[in-house]
Amino acid sequence: MTRYVVGRVLQAVVVLWAAYTLTFAILYLLPSDPMELQLAAAGLQLDSLTPEQLAAGKAQFGLDQSIAAQYWHHLWAALHGDFGISLTQQTPVTDLIGQRIGKTLLLSVSAATVALLAGSALAYLATFARWNPLRTFLTRLPALGASFPQFFIALFLIQFFSFQLGWLPATGSEGPSSLVMPVLTISVLNSSILAQVLIKSFDETLSQPYITTARAKGLSRSAVHLRHAFRNAVLPAMTILGVIVGLTVTSSIVVETVFTREGVGKLAQEAVLSQDVPVVLAVVTIAAALFVTVNLIVDLLYPLLDPRISHTRTRIDPEVVTAV
Amino acid sequence: MSLVDIKGLDVGYLRHRTITPAVIGLDLTVGASEVVAIVGESGSGKTTTANAIIGLLPANGRITAGSAIVDGIETAGARERTLRRLRGSVVGLIPQDPMVGLNPTKRIGAQVAEAIKLRGGTDDALDFLSEAGVPDPQLRARQYPHELSGGLRQRALIAIALAGKPKLLIADEPTSALDVTVQKRILDHLSGLVREQGISLLIITHDLAVAADRADRVVVMQGGRKVEEGDPATILSSPRDQYTRKLIAAAPRLAHSGRVVPRFDVRGEDVPDAVLTLTDVSKTFSVSDTRRGRRGFNALDKVSVQVPRGRTHALVGESGCGKTTTLRIALGLESATSGSVVLDGTEISGLSWNQVRPLRRKAQLVHQDPFATLDPRFTIEQSIVEPLVSFRIGDRRSRKARARELLDQVALPASYLDRLPRELSGGQRQRVAIARALALEPDLLMLDEPVSALDVLVQEQILQLLADLQKNLGLSYLFVSHDLSVVAEISHTVSVMSEGRVVEEGPVAEVFTNPRSEYTRELIDAIPGRRADAA
Repeated sequence: MTRYVVGRVLQAVVVLWAAYTLTFAILYLLPSDPMELQLAAAGLQLDSLTPEQLAAGKAQFGLDQSIAAQYWHHLWAALHGDFGISLTQQTPVTDLIGQRIGKTLLLSVSAATVALLAGSALAYLATFARWNPLRTFLTRLPALGASFPQFFIALFLIQFFSFQLGWLPATGSEGPSSLVMPVLTISVLNSSILAQVLIKSFDETLSQPYITTARAKGLSRSAVHLRHAFRNAVLPAMTILGVIVGLTVTSSIVVETVFTREGVGKLAQEAVLSQDVPVVLAVVTIAAALFVTVNLIVDLLYPLLDPRISHTRTRIDPEVVTAV
Repeated sequence: MSLVDIKGLDVGYLRHRTITPAVIGLDLTVGASEVVAIVGESGSGKTTTANAIIGLLPANGRITAGSAIVDGIETAGARERTLRRLRGSVVGLIPQDPMVGLNPTKRIGAQVAEAIKLRGGTDDALDFLSEAGVPDPQLRARQYPHELSGGLRQRALIAIALAGKPKLLIADEPTSALDVTVQKRILDHLSGLVREQGISLLIITHDLAVAADRADRVVVMQGGRKVEEGDPATILSSPRDQYTRKLIAAAPRLAHSGRVVPRFDVRGEDVPDAVLTLTDVSKTFSVSDTRRGRRGFNALDKVSVQVPRGRTHALVGESGCGKTTTLRIALGLESATSGSVVLDGTEISGLSWNQVRPLRRKAQLVHQDPFATLDPRFTIEQSIVEPLVSFRIGDRRSRKARARELLDQVALPASYLDRLPRELSGGQRQRVAIARALALEPDLLMLDEPVSALDVLVQEQILQLLADLQKNLGLSYLFVSHDLSVVAEISHTVSVMSEGRVVEEGPVAEVFTNPRSEYTRELIDAIPGRRADAA
């Protein structure tokens, strides 16, 4: 077991490193001059500097070194939590993100939780319902939810709850009421995806012979559904948990922009527009870290939920196991 | 009054707003402590009848007429709540396939305890496990289904069924999923239990021989109707219905009043040269074990097998005996740890994949499960010509002509070329699989349990087809099976395998009449139909 965990953690580290390196390569090999970007942010033209000033500036940011040297320098710094200085705002990237990450994490965690609960509940009801019209309606609902673009849902919610009813603030990030609509916006898509996978998994599970065994014991429908079908149906759906958490991060870019929440998503959106390379690199790295961590947790949870997956017991040829 | 009293029962399945009948006008009774068997092929309505009795018809199943009274309760038109009182505590079910009949994420003990708790009992789950013949119940109760062998899972399922203290047990196809000797032991144990405790038993099977061995009364069903009913002795000695006669003819032991008479007797004949020779083949798998590190597991230990040209050689044994590994090595899919494999004069052990590939044309494989072996999205024609395409033989037109010819050889009409596998029955699919294997004109067919997933009558037809093909095309077969009754119908010679070794070999006629090893004797004894000699 320990061997498995260590191997799996190492794998996660490699994935994270690959994500960082790939992003670094893409961003730093883009045909734009970081010096020019910085000067433009300060309202200056590249031509207005003397060659000496330019060289001094390049030396200050390490831009006179080779790509490899820059890469190692940045990677080493990033490992120590230093993502450099924002080109546009002239403040350390770590500080910029540090001020905003709390709000984004709150949004992401709430949205993921709501998506998880709503998606599971919907799938559970859709497969448990016996009245055919209701069953059909609930089964098709996720397809509808997954087909609306998020900005559209966000604008619809603002129009309805803020402008028509005036219940919730349309923008801002103060207080719990400002969280409701962003969370709803993100979780509509995510819960729909989860529900679609879960419904399929439930249908598959309910057609298994062991469900017949459970019913033949005399268990009620609800007992069969909860005690025998649920856990087995959830197992194949667990893999998409990682995807869903990843999606909440991507979604936060759209949602924070629409609701003008001062979070990492909005920071990322602004950084991309102004080609603020260190900020983009830091955001991508943090998102990748989150994604890798969630997938790692899911992988480590699997053996606890599915006794068939075990990393300690003897593995034998299947032909041999069936022998009495 | 009988425990089960069915009168004029019609059951159908609702599809596209019309009801397709599955059971028509059935009358059936099961008395207290009586053992009744329903015999019939797929689609005969036997399983529908069983489901109606336990109130487990699928959602689209409808009882359209008649009545089915179980323990005094009318189940036709009954509400779920009423049916639930029957399940478990009045009628227990032993499902068909023990490998998938248990919840994989719950411990065995908990699954048994659930059934006890439902009827409000306080007994110990361990008692039922040991009653069902599970050795070391304390250990097994803590384990999960995947840690148990098929035989133990079957016993665990019996324990679950017993835990409800039912008056009637339904055993659905109790002989289809497990090894013959294991299944025989389990059925013997079950028969003993129901007799001791006075429980009634309803056996659902496609095999008349099994029914005749176990039941006090046999009911033969065909196309949803009951065609014959009576005690086994009467049915076997004087069957009234044409269909029953066919069933008797298809069971090797019933056809020869309790004796197994092999079809071919090659004792004393010259042995033709071998198309496939395995000499001293051993195979060691490396097994990882955290406590003891990696260790070797001997799947095969110096196995020597010869398939004479134009004849059928059978490999017989139970799961894990190494017969499938032998087949895979003979096909070049697996490499032997030591020993030699000579296919049509060429040594293939040690050759690379690309070197073996041209030889694949000489030996083709027919798989066990006709439902899984055909690509569901390929038409029959596409499936059959795939080997030709793969070896770049002929053009579109000549391939189509060849596909027609092959379908004709396996006795299927050419109109099937455009069909999809799901439109075909199991037997028809197996014919397609055979046609595909013949496409490259091989000398040798490797048949891996080719009929074990089929009904008895379909089995007989496929075996006949294989025998005809052998005669007409001069084919040789390596026939892998766990079922000696099938081997008797097709093979000239046989190797009996156990734990990776060949324990006995020779002409089938010799091995069946004079089995030298205890294990072979046990296998022969497990062929159902013993009661036929009394008839």
